[in-house]
Amino acid sequence: MKKTIKLMSALVLILCISAFTMNNSDFGGYKVGDVAEDFSLKNIDGKMVSLSDYKDAKGFIVTFTCNTCPFAVAYEDRLVELDKKYTEKGYPVIAIMPNNTDVKPGDNMEAMKKRAKEKGFTFPYLMDEGQKVYPKFGATKTPHIYILEKTKKGNVVKYIGAIDDSPRNPSGVKVKYVENAVDALLSGKEVELKETKAIGCSIKV
Amino acid sequence: MKIVIHNSLKHFLYKTLLNYNIYNEVLINFKAMKLKLLIVAILIITSCKQEKKTVAESTDIDKNKVDNSIDVKNIALEIYDYEGIEKFLNKKDDKIYVINFWATWCAPCVKELPYFEKLNSEYRDKNVEVILISLDFPHLYESKLKPFIKKRGLKSKVIALNDDDMNTWIPKVNKDWSGAIPATIIYKNDSSKFFEQSFTYDELETELKQFLN
Repeated sequence: MKKTIKLMSALVLILCISAFTMNNSDFGGYKVGDVAEDFSLKNIDGKMVSLSDYKDAKGFIVTFTCNTCPFAVAYEDRLVELDKKYTEKGYPVIAIMPNNTDVKPGDNMEAMKKRAKEKGFTFPYLMDEGQKVYPKFGATKTPHIYILEKTKKGNVVKYIGAIDDSPRNPSGVKVKYVENAVDALLSGKEVELKETKAIGCSIKV
Repeated sequence: MKIVIHNSLKHFLYKTLLNYNIYNEVLINFKAMKLKLLIVAILIITSCKQEKKTVAESTDIDKNKVDNSIDVKNIALEIYDYEGIEKFLNKKDDKIYVINFWATWCAPCVKELPYFEKLNSEYRDKNVEVILISLDFPHLYESKLKPFIKKRGLKSKVIALNDDDMNTWIPKVNKDWSGAIPATIIYKNDSSKFFEQSFTYDELETELKQFLN
């Protein structure tokens, strides 16, 4: 009997803690300056991808994106351009699809493969299986970008937000937030604009 | 914020371990209570999860066919930049305004629209007005948004916000808004509440009632 009580109290404690952390990740996630935890997620080619696989990278342009959000779709070509421009400079694009595919079948692995092929994705397009990674980042929508810089203490978040200031209209771009941030990091400078906001589709849970 | 929670949690665990013997004794006395607590905790957590599920729904973008079969000539649509929208967010006329940011391409937005419509019809005569601010793409106003308004017979006021300078105006709407839609503001004069979430009708009505009293 005593054992059952112990077990029960432990269970209650775990539930309390998990309720706490759930809450925490809902409203929190990484802030600029935090170290981002590595992950291991399945790519559209079936292989697992982690940040630690990129031995030569200086950092990463991590983007939460999907097939089914018009704002994410509007950025697909610009993501490819970013990857082409910055992979060789040490900042590859890593795309993660965070939606629950039961809710959004249009974002399932088959659909991801198809979309990546159609749009000629040059970067990994990873499935956030079990939706465990996006809450750690604190991503709330697609698209949602996190620039990480590889340092001795880990991958430090340097920028959170949008790719540029004109989501719906690529020809109307005046400020390229992500490019400015990566350029600053590459030249050893502080990122000036560390956070930006843009409309996006809420991540489907 | 994060650190504070972590530390308090650590402290809590530490204390729990220190007082384990006493804790255990107490537990025996209160086992019935604990059992109740456990059941309540499980219920709360599962209900949370279920609620999250109901928020979500199926893909919309692939259903977003251009609909030419609906005559939209007599559908008037007011279109504003953020400066133009601001007047709808800052009225001080003792009326309660329920402002919903949505788009026809946003599945959870479309799902909760009927609740806003219902709220509008049920509380219109109680000094409440619902305004639906569409974030649809401008080139789809005629082919997508207007047919949608007509097909659904939307009675609430629909206005379109066309302003690409989102990094400027999103924080002006609310500093905590990440930009994800749906998002809703309920306000009366100077008191206002912001929600970056989906609603059920009951949740929406509950929030509105706090402004009615």
